Amino acid sequence: MARKNLILELKQKAKDFRKGVIEVVYKAQSGHPGGSLSEIDMLVALYFYKLRVDAKNPKWDNRDRFVLSKGHASPGIYVVLADRGFFPKSELDGFRKINRMLQGHPELSTPGIDFAGGSLGQGICFAHGIALACRLDKKDCKVYCMIGDGEAQEGAVWEASMAAAFHKLDNLIVILDKNQVQETGRTKDIMDLGNVALKWKAFGWNTIEINGHDMGQIVKALDKASKMRNKKPTIIISDTIKGKGVSFMELNYRFHGKAPNDEEYKRAIEEIEKIDIKKFK
Amino acid sequence: MEKAATREGYGKALLELGRINKDVVVVDADLGDSTKAEHFGKQFPERFFTTGIAEQNMIGTAAGLSVSGKIPYASTFAVFSERAFEFTRNIVSRNKLNVKLTGSHAGIATGEDGKSAQAIEDVAAYRALPNMVVLQPADAAEAEKMVFALAEYKGPSYMRVHRIAMPIIHGSNYKFEIGRGEILRQGKDAVIFASGTMVHEALKAATILENEKINVYVANISTIKPIDEKLVIELAKKTNCVITAEDHNVIGGLGSAVAEVLGENYPCLMKRIGVKDAYAESGKPDELYRKYGLDAESIAEEVMKIISKKK
Repeated sequence: MARKNLILELKQKAKDFRKGVIEVVYKAQSGHPGGSLSEIDMLVALYFYKLRVDAKNPKWDNRDRFVLSKGHASPGIYVVLADRGFFPKSELDGFRKINRMLQGHPELSTPGIDFAGGSLGQGICFAHGIALACRLDKKDCKVYCMIGDGEAQEGAVWEASMAAAFHKLDNLIVILDKNQVQETGRTKDIMDLGNVALKWKAFGWNTIEINGHDMGQIVKALDKASKMRNKKPTIIISDTIKGKGVSFMELNYRFHGKAPNDEEYKRAIEEIEKIDIKKFK
Repeated sequence: MEKAATREGYGKALLELGRINKDVVVVDADLGDSTKAEHFGKQFPERFFTTGIAEQNMIGTAAGLSVSGKIPYASTFAVFSERAFEFTRNIVSRNKLNVKLTGSHAGIATGEDGKSAQAIEDVAAYRALPNMVVLQPADAAEAEKMVFALAEYKGPSYMRVHRIAMPIIHGSNYKFEIGRGEILRQGKDAVIFASGTMVHEALKAATILENEKINVYVANISTIKPIDEKLVIELAKKTNCVITAEDHNVIGGLGSAVAEVLGENYPCLMKRIGVKDAYAESGKPDELYRKYGLDAESIAEEVMKIISKKK
């Protein structure tokens, strides 16, 4: 029963944050709504269920790390961090504006941000370094890193994937936000990744495949991944839909990096408000 | 005179530093035998991380180690570090992370390996990155001091070392300080600002010129960024005749750094000696220096030419 309530609470958060993402990008008239909507369910489960972090002590030495490698999806993490108390919610109004805190892509100077993204393929290498350091210091913290499927076209993703398996980093958990769409179209049309589970398995990783909008599956996968102790890194392949929750943004590459206009904004908010969290997945 | 390569100074100091500072770690992309980082790796395998032949991951990994309280030294050939340039730009220099990057086998002095391994653009590239300190030792002794100085310095750096053995001109009491140039030879008619291997060519050129009754200052500019502006201006004022000497493209390196300072503060006669915006070829380092105008005789000739323009 407690578990069921937890899942519903998380789902409600995700619904609220979908609205938050749209509002933030609309107000800025700039930013990336599509990838923020695809990642948001996972971010909710991480920040409100799984991650050992302390908003009052964001640089806490023994915290779990979260590396958002797909830094363009910053609206998603900003609304989550604000709600989690890392910085005031009023900062969200300053997203992408001069003299304000919230940069277009995350910077380390923002409380709660563990990686300054914006250039794809780098976060997983960075997370690999953190995981090595945590193990060297015998810390029990985990390093989570979220990458995109388009991002996995970057060769550096595979450099780090090879190395993390070689170095037996079972404290590293990568989440592939497999939202199927990138800047100029469908990932399968631009550079098809083929069977990503087989690819990472062949690189020596544990793989877990889930529906990345099903909160029950997300929570289960995070629990399983964080308990892995078999000297292998783990990847959660999170099947998602870019723009999830707003019909005209779903799988629409035009909303990779474009803000909604007045009419689109209204429609998007209406659609999100109508989401039935009990049925949402 | 005893000789050693600056990369040997790097490797030796890294090992010593590893003994006294447990936070020091090394990231290597399968060139530890050449960069001499392998000494550290053999002694401290648990703090020596290889990424395989993968420079982007080498930089990303070093950056991740640095935000976790480690002091990572990452080294590869200067030219291959450039493959990860945008990683260095977007993770290391953008966030002012405490990553110590070392590029070995710099310049055409790399010799027989030819164009592919002779980095002549690295200083220009790293100098253009905000927050980066760019260093190039003149001998193995200075390289050792640099490695220790960098452990105390918090921030990103690029240290450029050479393959070939060079005379050791610094004693154990030499004090290296980031940002400070050093006068190695007093003069009056001109000044040669040199760095790395070219310090030795400049010193030899000064001896040749002495026979022609020309006395030149020789200054070792081992911190190319931030350059010792005070020293550059002071010696320019004393001589009104400035020569720079570097094993690097004449575009963007030491010559440019000196020209930038003098252009804004004390414009005067100036000649940049370096690789003339072209790739070199395979050959012995001294043969290449002669052919491409980097040897002592070429420097002496250029000094005489520019001095003749003095009124």
